[in-house]
Amino acid sequence: MDIVQMRGITKRFGPVVANDHIDFNLRKGEIHALLGENGAGKTTLMRILYGLYRADEGEILVEGWPVRINSPKDAIALGIGMVTQHFALVPPLTVAENVVLGFTDGFVLEKATIEQRVAEAAKRFGLEVDPSAVVRHLSVGQRQRVEILKALYREARVLILDEPTAVLVPQEIDALFETLERLRAGGLSVIFITHKLEEVMRISDRVTVLRDGRVVGTVETARTNERELARMMVGRETFGVRREERAVGEQPLLQVERVCAEDDQGLPALKEVSLVVHAGEILGIAGVGGNGQKELAEVLSGVRRPTSGRILVDGQDLTGATPDEFTAAGVGRIPEDRHAGVVGELSVAENLALEYLEEFARGGMLDREAIRRHAEELIQRFQIKARATDRARTLSGGNLQKLILARVLSRDPKVVLASQPTRGLDVGATEYVRQQLLAQRARGAAVLLISEDLDEILALSDRIAVMYEGEIVGVLPAQDADPERLGLMMSGAVKERQGAYAEV
Amino acid sequence: MLRFKIEKTGAPVWMRSLIPVFALLVTFLITSGLILWGQANPIQAYYYFLIAPLTSRVSALEVLVKSTPLILSGVAVTFAFVAGYYNIGAEGQLYAGAIAAAWLGTVLGGLPPALAIPIMLLGGFIAGALWALTPALLRVKLAVDEVVTTLLLNSVMLFIVSALLNGPWRSPVSGWPQSPEIAPSTVLPKLIPRSRLHLGFVVAVLSVVVLWFVLSRTVFGLKMRAAGLGREAARFAGVNVGRTMLIAALISGGIAGIVGVSEVAGIHFHLIEEISPGYGYTGILIATLGALNAWGVAAAALFFGLIDTGTQTLSHAMGVPIYLGEVTQATMLLVTLAMLLLQNYRIRRV
Ligand SMILES: Nc1ncnc2c1ncn2[C@@H]1O[C@H](COP(=O)(O)OP(=O)(O)OP(=O)(O)O)[C@@H](O)[C@H]1O
Ligand SMILES: [Mg+2]
Repeated sequence: MDIVQMRGITKRFGPVVANDHIDFNLRKGEIHALLGENGAGKTTLMRILYGLYRADEGEILVEGWPVRINSPKDAIALGIGMVTQHFALVPPLTVAENVVLGFTDGFVLEKATIEQRVAEAAKRFGLEVDPSAVVRHLSVGQRQRVEILKALYREARVLILDEPTAVLVPQEIDALFETLERLRAGGLSVIFITHKLEEVMRISDRVTVLRDGRVVGTVETARTNERELARMMVGRETFGVRREERAVGEQPLLQVERVCAEDDQGLPALKEVSLVVHAGEILGIAGVGGNGQKELAEVLSGVRRPTSGRILVDGQDLTGATPDEFTAAGVGRIPEDRHAGVVGELSVAENLALEYLEEFARGGMLDREAIRRHAEELIQRFQIKARATDRARTLSGGNLQKLILARVLSRDPKVVLASQPTRGLDVGATEYVRQQLLAQRARGAAVLLISEDLDEILALSDRIAVMYEGEIVGVLPAQDADPERLGLMMSGAVKERQGAYAEV
Repeated sequence: MLRFKIEKTGAPVWMRSLIPVFALLVTFLITSGLILWGQANPIQAYYYFLIAPLTSRVSALEVLVKSTPLILSGVAVTFAFVAGYYNIGAEGQLYAGAIAAAWLGTVLGGLPPALAIPIMLLGGFIAGALWALTPALLRVKLAVDEVVTTLLLNSVMLFIVSALLNGPWRSPVSGWPQSPEIAPSTVLPKLIPRSRLHLGFVVAVLSVVVLWFVLSRTVFGLKMRAAGLGREAARFAGVNVGRTMLIAALISGGIAGIVGVSEVAGIHFHLIEEISPGYGYTGILIATLGALNAWGVAAAALFFGLIDTGTQTLSHAMGVPIYLGEVTQATMLLVTLAMLLLQNYRIRRV
């Protein structure tokens, strides 16, 4: 029995056909993976189902009945819940308030009651969150959990998850999958968007693959394999990246010395963090989200001031410098939240130029021709699916990330600071980004890679530092690291002697 | 029974471009009720409003005279709003410029106009910018909400003007609260003989061109837009958001100061308390109506100037209260804003 049927769905954005006559069926009690490259139209299709966009053509049936879904409110009333790529939480409110927002029975909000109810729900669904925490202070991973809880709290029968695992660490993914399996047994139907084939194989019952806005096919997971899915997605075989062993340079390009910093609440977030990254080296920072990685990246970007300690880039003291001073000193920064890295209302070309405006100026005037040429060159070189004049906010998640990469890497920075650089990217693009980071390493840049994806850390890093509660609890050379050992360190169970490798 | 449902969907392009026309029609329908209540004929009233001022050379020029401070105020407010700085203080900054003009006008008498007038304009700009400085610094350094501070400073400025006019500057001859007349060489020259249209109009037109040029063609304009549209991302990209806002606020205050110069040296030739009927606030309406776009702001200001002129003829000819003009302007703004919002929805029968 199909709980949701989408028939002949077409959606155009100007000349772009994001969805081209898509047929999609969701069975009751199945986990249905939706797969496709960046810009294939996955998010668009789901936004239509959730009432955020209106299809130009096509119809939707829920439990066999034709329905009109004009707003998320309609979708929620039909038992459809969605967790979007970009969260829809109110940052100054608490977790509990966010969860019940718009879904309260009475008029009066009793803080203790709702917190207790939300805590119960969180426990029932196996999602670990503190109901009284203020959302603004949560990490991306924690916010995701609140979003999932919010949908489940609204008694969703159909749950749409747009790249939920992109922000989770392995243990959290395991927990999420357990939760999903439990909920599936209870009759919940799940649409699961991901770029990770291994997850598709693990959790889904069926897979629908989209390419360029069209359905390539729907297959039973049990009757397919990763290779076939990858071929359906990109139309060719893909290969993982391989880091070739090579000698790391001598020259320390990034030196972080006993840096302390506070988080937004004024609590210590970084405790005496010391790191060295050499020319031609990738230092991976592993750790569960919310252990100070965000603050570390911000301190090294000039967005957050350290309370003590020193930061040296190629010998130059940049402690407390501004973002443009970091850029000028040769630090290229790929931010964790890509929406914080671009101005959505400005065009792709303007965003690409924003960080280096001096170069596109002639006596204070914009050289618009140069800005356009620069944008077109980067769009081509980094395979961004967009036009130079498009507003950045209309780009798909992956293309937005490519835009930021293009802005940073085209500059041959001395130090590359990459936070979650492949989160939300499809296999092809992930491979591409990783190759780019390796190319930076080969070129002699110092790369600091902050990632919650252990596979990524293990595949790329020369050395791996583990962060736990704002401290570097250990630094391992890549050949000594394996997922189990890192996992234990990330959970705080094992502490390698601080400094043993960090100063090397 | 028929049932209707509202759904979200963008309006077609042709409909978007007709929004000003629709807004005008709806405004007409709404205000007609009021005009009928005032026992006048709406069609005739609207003839006086929109057409009559353009039928004679004298009143057409008067529309431009009335538009001069409105254009400048709209441009002033736009400069700040684009950068995400909500300057509600254009009214006070205008008076700061007017005080500067009234003072400079009496001391620069010895200079030739070619020298005196640029100094007047510059002086007004600096005075307005200085009056805008404190709230801007508070905003940038201490994150004090500029909406509150700029608004409060408007009242402070009115007291200063009143103190000046009832104290040192009170006319010794008549005893009225009115500053001494400015020297002839500091008067803004007439553009057309036997009309009130003065050099201020040229300055206003220039300010529109400057606004357009700065926003779309300069590095600083892009920084302003980035700061206004996405503060965090702009900061991340190395734009000094605080400095950008500060400069935008000072330019905004400076242009508002020029409104004061234009009114003192172009129209009144002395300072009185009633020099502005709220141009600084109307500037906010105009900037909003013009969607923070240079040409939109110019069009909105000209339209407001037309209605201002029309209301006077109207109240002479038909004896309806002069407030009708303001009611129409406010209605127009609300209707346009509502339409900009509603164009994203459509009503369907279900
Ligand atoms: N609001 C919009 N305006 C214009 N174009 C849009 C808009 N939303 C999406 N698009 C375009 O539609 C296409 C499909 O985008 P969509 O976000 O559905 O991709 P996706 O499959 O979710 O990609 P990703 O994996 O990167 O998230 C892209 O080319 C995108 O640029
Ligand atoms: Mg997407």
